[in-house]
Amino acid sequence: MQERLILQLNLLLFMTGGQYHFRKNIIILIILVIGSVFIIRLFFLQVIDKTYKLSSQNNVLRFVTQYPARGTIFDRNGELLVYNEAAYDLLVVPRQAKIADTLALCRLLRIDIESFRARMNIARNYSRYRPSVFLDQISKEDYGFIVEKLYQYPGFFFQARTLRKYPRPIAAHILGDVGEVNNNDLQRDPHYRMGDYIGKSGIEKFYEKELRGEKGMRIMLVDVHNREKGSYYDGLYDTMPVTGKNLHLGLDAVLQAYGEKLMQNRTGSIVAIDPASGEILALVSSPAFDPNLLVGRVRGENYNLLLNNENKPLINRAISGTYPPGSTFKLVNALVALQSNSIDEYTQFSCQGKGSLPIRCTHNHTTPLSVRAAIETSCNPFFWNTFRSILTNSQLKGQKNAFDYWNQKMHAFGLGHRFDTDIPFEVAGNIPSREYYDKVYKGSWNALTVRSLSIGQGEILLTPLQLANLAAIIGNEGTYYPPHLAHQIGEQHDSMPAKHQVLLHTGVDARYFKLVKEAMLDVFEGGGGTARRYKVADFKAAGKTGTVQNPHGEDHSLFLAFAPFEKPTIAISVVVENAGFGSTWAAPIASLMMELYITGEVKRPQLEEFLIPKTISNTP
Amino acid sequence: MRDNRSMFANIDWGVVMIYAALVFIGWMSVYSAVYDEEHKSIFDISQRYGKQLLWIGLAALLGAIVLLIEPKVFNAFGFVIYTVTIIMLIAVLVFGTTISGSKSWFQIGGFALQPAEFAKFSTALALAAYLGRLNTDLDQLRTQAISALIIFFPALLILLQYDTGSALVFTAFVLVLFREGMSGIPLLMGLAAMVLFLFTLYFHPLYVIPGMVLLFVFALFMVKRNVPTILKLLGILIVASLFVLSVEYVFDNVLELHQRTRINVLLGLDDDLRGAGYNVHQSKIAIGSGGFFGKGFLNGTQTKFNFVPEQSTDFIFCTVGEEWGFLGSTILIGLYVMLFIRLIKMAERQRSVFARVYGYSVVAVLFFHFAINIGMTIGLAPVIGIPLPFVSYGGSSLWAFTLMLFVFIRQDAYRLNVL
Repeated sequence: MQERLILQLNLLLFMTGGQYHFRKNIIILIILVIGSVFIIRLFFLQVIDKTYKLSSQNNVLRFVTQYPARGTIFDRNGELLVYNEAAYDLLVVPRQAKIADTLALCRLLRIDIESFRARMNIARNYSRYRPSVFLDQISKEDYGFIVEKLYQYPGFFFQARTLRKYPRPIAAHILGDVGEVNNNDLQRDPHYRMGDYIGKSGIEKFYEKELRGEKGMRIMLVDVHNREKGSYYDGLYDTMPVTGKNLHLGLDAVLQAYGEKLMQNRTGSIVAIDPASGEILALVSSPAFDPNLLVGRVRGENYNLLLNNENKPLINRAISGTYPPGSTFKLVNALVALQSNSIDEYTQFSCQGKGSLPIRCTHNHTTPLSVRAAIETSCNPFFWNTFRSILTNSQLKGQKNAFDYWNQKMHAFGLGHRFDTDIPFEVAGNIPSREYYDKVYKGSWNALTVRSLSIGQGEILLTPLQLANLAAIIGNEGTYYPPHLAHQIGEQHDSMPAKHQVLLHTGVDARYFKLVKEAMLDVFEGGGGTARRYKVADFKAAGKTGTVQNPHGEDHSLFLAFAPFEKPTIAISVVVENAGFGSTWAAPIASLMMELYITGEVKRPQLEEFLIPKTISNTP
Repeated sequence: MRDNRSMFANIDWGVVMIYAALVFIGWMSVYSAVYDEEHKSIFDISQRYGKQLLWIGLAALLGAIVLLIEPKVFNAFGFVIYTVTIIMLIAVLVFGTTISGSKSWFQIGGFALQPAEFAKFSTALALAAYLGRLNTDLDQLRTQAISALIIFFPALLILLQYDTGSALVFTAFVLVLFREGMSGIPLLMGLAAMVLFLFTLYFHPLYVIPGMVLLFVFALFMVKRNVPTILKLLGILIVASLFVLSVEYVFDNVLELHQRTRINVLLGLDDDLRGAGYNVHQSKIAIGSGGFFGKGFLNGTQTKFNFVPEQSTDFIFCTVGEEWGFLGSTILIGLYVMLFIRLIKMAERQRSVFARVYGYSVVAVLFFHFAINIGMTIGLAPVIGIPLPFVSYGGSSLWAFTLMLFVFIRQDAYRLNVL
């Protein structure tokens, strides 16, 4: 057996001499084996294995994102605040770039030769075959000029983008700005891709999801060099981008612009609220800046300029500036005292003598006096006694429990916490808690220890927004909607977040508010009222001045008001930093704002001239 | 030319038909591979398919001329043609132009000629002429040495041009020598060496050597256990072990980096898809996406959009695989196999040794190209840049293969006149 096998092998392979004719069969066998192996392999590759079909799709189809137009923003009267303007990025595919005259191209693009080389290197380092941005955010004017000559430079082409534009240079703090996404945004939300735009602050940030719209997808056939070779199935599977929703704000552009004008060269803020809805009518923070500065190519440069400006124009003082409320806070203390039966309408306190210690009255008025007169004259000893009455009220079971009650009431007035509506970067301010004092005074404290709370000094810090809301609460006699910016999202009514439509109650009876309102009316209308000089002829207004002691310099001037008295349509707070008495600057500004909003015009040119210096502008 | 009419009547038209079919498939594939909307005309001379049509026309002319030449001429001038080719191969090293890393082209005006393509033809002629002499015997060392010299001298020159692929083609002549009576042992040894080489790289000498020892022990039981046999087997074991141990050294120090990566890619040890593995990966995607029936003529997306490099030359099979699917691929492979077997049959019916040796040389060279070229596109062979005969784009290779084939067809047609 073995012998025969070896013999056959010898016949096949090692036969010597004579006839090798037989070996053709071996060669034919080799050819047939290799041919069969190829066919079997092809059967596996082409018929059985499906993965290669998937790979070929990924290779060939390119999913091109179609960017939607961002929603535009309007004010309460339908005036356009923010719209989109076309801008263009110049892209280059380095491999296709053929530049006959580099200097001519540099002149056309208005860049120098070093910049040109640097940009080209960046593009080359990214990819020679794929397009990368060579020059970004070219205005439509420059675009028109460049595009005519671009045919001379193969490999360069334009891609459309949109930039935000602001017809009026106002409300930069509210509207916020739009910029390219950063790494955090990319990680947080898979919607975004590198180079996408996102709202960075203000309304643009808060309503990003509504404004941004939905991206569309165009499917293109591409070759390995990423060159587009046409549409996939003539666009059958493409999706169209959905334009972002338009946003209608409660803001009144005319009022906002006027407020910004009044606050020129001053540091501070104005917040005006519609008490009936909680919509913000104006939200001025000064110094302000033109929102157009933070758009396009100049954004980065201007942002740094604003950031490093010593007046800190980027800070929105209306929502993130906190101030001790001073005398304006006496209104709240009076209301809480009345509600808790700690005092009544007729309770009188003397402003001299032992009972007023340690806070003495600096004003000149009759004494003793009751709550209405005390508000009008802003009598410190009266409110100290009022605050002490709350904490020592036997119904409230001890000073510390009474303090808890007081603290809860403060929160019921919207103080000491954020409203958390649609205003990013809003701060909470501070209403000190019982725990805080327990810690600081190691448990042993009483009304006397925390007496500065009675006149709105000490640890209390409120934002101008909270102050304006306080004015709205009083105007509404105890109820309020949380202040918010948006009036309507998209073109449908009732599209507001439910949170904006919840009516909140302070838990203080309307009759006590009526008392306080009457007192505030006297500030304008009364013979000794601190704002009587700024009374408006056409309607009755109620207000309260505040002067906040400022350890760092001149006192801050504060004023809050609402009008018309019978059925308020505007509640306002004005803070002017380092401006002395509240009646000097804050009250006239509030008065002019209310006049403009209610009557539609200002009929006091002297007062306007006095407040608005003609020549100086404070736009950085 | 004693009898022209009988000569044409004796032409093997079956082979000519297969040749024509392959050339046509090639031209269609080149058209499809470089097709773009802007240059739709199939005759556009600025495009590769236009040029290829021109090459095909010239190749047909060449074939017709060859059929008119007295067949004895090739036998008589075999060595002259060989010598001229060797001179050209040396000249190209001095005056040649480098294209894709190989200094193997003569640039004449707008067109490049590659002497290496013709060296295969010349070598086949010279080898046939030499073995056709009456005093040669492949059992003799002298005949073996001269045959090896004829085969490997041009291969060495081509290797010096950094055209490893074309040089490797010359190993195909071993098949011819085998047919002509050379012992099969070198063939077996070569095969064993290749298998051991790949095994060693894929596994490790530490596993391969014990494996061979096991085979040795097994073999001891199979043969008559006398001293000479055991010594012979032991000798084989020792030589093989030394070979295995040297593999790593050769791999790391003799082979070029790109050759190492190509072998690693083939073994699946390296799937660098952006680098060396890219060609093969894209090629497999293109062929694999063809499915059973293919995507249809001009509908191939992978090859059309330049995903597969060298798609009109070395990777032309991708276009066939993608557009004509498994069906078309099988038909193409079938055409080749039919051609080879037909040529072997023809070679066997020759009366002269010259014609038979030459015929086998044609088969060997074509088969080597076929096996390596298609093997690499489907990931069964390392990437060696050699064209698919008659199908790949390129004038030099088409003419060289046409010349080779038609000289043999001419010999075959004349066979009855050989005494």
